[in-house]
Amino acid sequence: MPQDRIRNFSIIAHIDHGKSTLADRILELTHAVSSREMREQVLDSMELERERGITIKAQAVRVDWKGHQLNLIDTPGHVDFTYEVSRSLQACEGALLVVDAAQGTQAQTLANAYLAIENDLEIVPVVNKIDLPQADPDGAAAELADLIGDSPDHVLRISAKTGIGVEDVLDAVVERIPAPAGDPDAPPRALVFDSSYDEYRGVVAFVRMVDGRFEPRQALRAMALGTRFEAQELGFFSPNRRETPTLEAGEVGYVITGLKDVSRLRVGDTLTAEANPASEPVPGYKDVKPMVFAGLFPTDSDQYPELRDALEKLKLNDAALFYEPETSQALGFGFRCGFLGLLHMEIVRERLEREFDLDLLVTAPNVAYRVKPPHGEWREVHTPTDLPDEVEEVEEPYIKASIIVPKEFVGTVMELNNDRRGRFDHLEYLSEQRVHLTYELPLAEIVLDYYDQLKSRTRGYASFDYDLVGFRPGNLVRVDVLVGGEPVDALSLIIHRDAAYDRGRALVERLREEIPRQMFDVALQAAIGSRVIARETVKARRKDVLAKCYGGDITRKRKLLERQKAGKRRMKQVGMVEVPQEAFLAVLNLHEDRR
Amino acid sequence: MTGARHLYVHLPFCSSRCGYCDFVTVVGREGEHPTYVDALVTELELERHLLAPQIETVFLGGGTPTFTQPDALRRLLEALPRAEEVTVEANPETVTTALARLLRGAGVNRISLGAQSFQPELLEVLDRVASPDTVRRAFYHLRDAGFDNISLDLIYGIPGESTSALEADLGEALALGPEHLSCYELEAKPGTRFTHVHGDELGRQAEAMEAYFELVVDRLTAAGYRWYETANFCRSPLGRETRDLRARHNLGYWLGRDYLGIGVGAVSTVEQRRWRNTPRLPAYVSALADGRRPEREVEALSDAVVREERVMLGLRLDEPLVLGPVAAAVDEAGLERMRRLGLATVTQRGASGRSISLTRRGRLLGGGVTAELLA
Repeated sequence: MPQDRIRNFSIIAHIDHGKSTLADRILELTHAVSSREMREQVLDSMELERERGITIKAQAVRVDWKGHQLNLIDTPGHVDFTYEVSRSLQACEGALLVVDAAQGTQAQTLANAYLAIENDLEIVPVVNKIDLPQADPDGAAAELADLIGDSPDHVLRISAKTGIGVEDVLDAVVERIPAPAGDPDAPPRALVFDSSYDEYRGVVAFVRMVDGRFEPRQALRAMALGTRFEAQELGFFSPNRRETPTLEAGEVGYVITGLKDVSRLRVGDTLTAEANPASEPVPGYKDVKPMVFAGLFPTDSDQYPELRDALEKLKLNDAALFYEPETSQALGFGFRCGFLGLLHMEIVRERLEREFDLDLLVTAPNVAYRVKPPHGEWREVHTPTDLPDEVEEVEEPYIKASIIVPKEFVGTVMELNNDRRGRFDHLEYLSEQRVHLTYELPLAEIVLDYYDQLKSRTRGYASFDYDLVGFRPGNLVRVDVLVGGEPVDALSLIIHRDAAYDRGRALVERLREEIPRQMFDVALQAAIGSRVIARETVKARRKDVLAKCYGGDITRKRKLLERQKAGKRRMKQVGMVEVPQEAFLAVLNLHEDRR
Repeated sequence: MTGARHLYVHLPFCSSRCGYCDFVTVVGREGEHPTYVDALVTELELERHLLAPQIETVFLGGGTPTFTQPDALRRLLEALPRAEEVTVEANPETVTTALARLLRGAGVNRISLGAQSFQPELLEVLDRVASPDTVRRAFYHLRDAGFDNISLDLIYGIPGESTSALEADLGEALALGPEHLSCYELEAKPGTRFTHVHGDELGRQAEAMEAYFELVVDRLTAAGYRWYETANFCRSPLGRETRDLRARHNLGYWLGRDYLGIGVGAVSTVEQRRWRNTPRLPAYVSALADGRRPEREVEALSDAVVREERVMLGLRLDEPLVLGPVAAAVDEAGLERMRRLGLATVTQRGASGRSISLTRRGRLLGGGVTAELLA
């Protein structure tokens, strides 16, 4: 297909603002699927994604519209996947920016719209759900036009649900979005904007051909990682898989690589031909690194091998997931896992529990820290117990938070951000009613319960998005919890020095309620290094004996004793102290209680 | 084995049922007492081969043995083999001069008197018929009849009890100068009406129980009693007193000796077999009326279980437990932990080898310590 007949575009929308419905309607209108075949939300293939109303993995669908080839590239809708969104946008020349006529612009929409503008995409503004009784199409259109510096007349008004205005959207894609402008005769370059894993065929790369062309059986190379493979099959989705003899400059499609390891092909990398390689990759590749870490332990230690297998399988489809074995004396064998963000963590956890039927215990999440020990080199720390007692400097990741709220909630949001060590950056009125706030915050302050707090303090009206802005020095300490003088690894945490005392106290108080009295006094301490900041004591039992035992009672008493012994075996041993697993659970839940 | 040297006889009859009691008891039925005694005598005949030619102890428990119709009781006592210690449990309200003489005359030489408390309001909570004065009067009747080995039972942790009430009970009991005292915490069984009625208060008492227990031990040992078993105390040989006043019959249980139990619901342990007679009175009586053994629940005791029980019971006593025969049941690491915590001591003694003793605190925590020590 000549490039002037090709249009590549994405849909940018907040969750529930109608992206999937619009995509479905486009497929229907272009006869990619018949109405009879029409299944709600074709693009969101995974069960979990549909339930959460979000799209995790990007896909691309090719449709025909009035003699043009349109490639609709789906984008993930959540903050954790900003990098993936940016790669998806880089594969396009334009984007539909869809806003709910009743709800208006949301922080995520804003963030992704800015990403699109940064990527020089042509933005086609669309107000959806104009059929809703509470819709305010004019207000939403004005806000949207203002946001992208366009005229309100230029904003399309549609209802994806009823189909009103969807044809105009397709016409606008053809008319307003520029055609790709690669060089069809140059050495081939294709941007990998997503990948998935097929059990039989290996890694499948979703690509946008920038220059040149690919053919089957061609020897290819990923430029950043240097991975070599043969293109086993080329094709596109429409929405079902269709094989094709070539992928040409400007087109979007897939390459079956046969690679058995998803980590050997990363999103953002550029594919070129071995025989005729391009000199420069498509710009913008970066190695995405997990920023949020948590320990995952099976509640039943027998499930450890199953957990390992399950993580292996998930990792095949999710290059951003990181894991390594971790042993905790309190929780047994498990894994320390790294995630892009909290949503990513939740998705992984849910898939493990749902698809693999595992019962998991998840420790409080922490972020990645950069640490410089005295006279040592900077290194990254992913688990609190790895933070050395002596440090010269510690740095923690910071984010730029973007929050949109009705103006009456500005005060409470500012208060929350100040509590969370936020630094005010910018305040702007999007309309008379709605304010856009930006703050810089430590990521660590977000990972626990920030989002829930934000939602509850604004009665659900706030929308939130963030972007990592790098590492900054912090006055951070490691708080250890000691039971009978022995540190309990799973309960250590890294925290700002000002909050250490309160948190330490809350931890030992909760633990005191949970640890049964023993045959000796048990000291519960929270400590920073060797300095104890909070202490509680579980007083020793003074009596533990059955009063009466005569001839008729012996069997019953023996059975009681056997039960007592069996109960002991279920306890975790911390030094001399027997701690029920539930005690650890309760303390780990302390974080959830704050929600 | 030359046969069991300890005989237990169960007499289930009571004048009324106490709310907290979970023994096999039957209220009233005076007319059935003689037939029941016939059944006991028949069972004894059927099992006599299990007894040693010369036995050491006989214990009549209940129920309220002294509520049994006097002629029937006398006939039973006469039918039982002679023994060095013959104990009968008695409820205070049943002890008259005549009864005391009857028992004494029939060779009974030890009485276990169920006083439970000296506080009228607490006795009432327990549904006890006796008043504090009845308890004292019964005690003197027994003394007058010549009994020089009397044990008093006390219960603590009764709904409504306070530390001072327990102190008063201990004082009253000591004032009588019994040879022996058994002090039990009230064990309210879940699901009973008693537990239902006193629920919250029982919770409060349970919290106070550890202080009560220490108070009992402190007070009685200070008064010169030997704390020889978790819940049992006896006057130490001192001055004119030269006897070993421990309950010999019960000591048999705690030392893992064989014992034969006859009567409804009675338990026997002979040669690593333990059985419990049916707890249903009509079934028990009718079987023996036909000259058959009553229905029984039988449990075979493996060597391991026997050792485990020896440890469990032996650690209730104040004398060291000789490790040799039970070593396989003891976890050395657990023993070392208990030693380090000051709850157990290990001594080496010539021929008998190592033995374990629990310290005072170790005995207060005996259940937990035993669980630690068992392999």
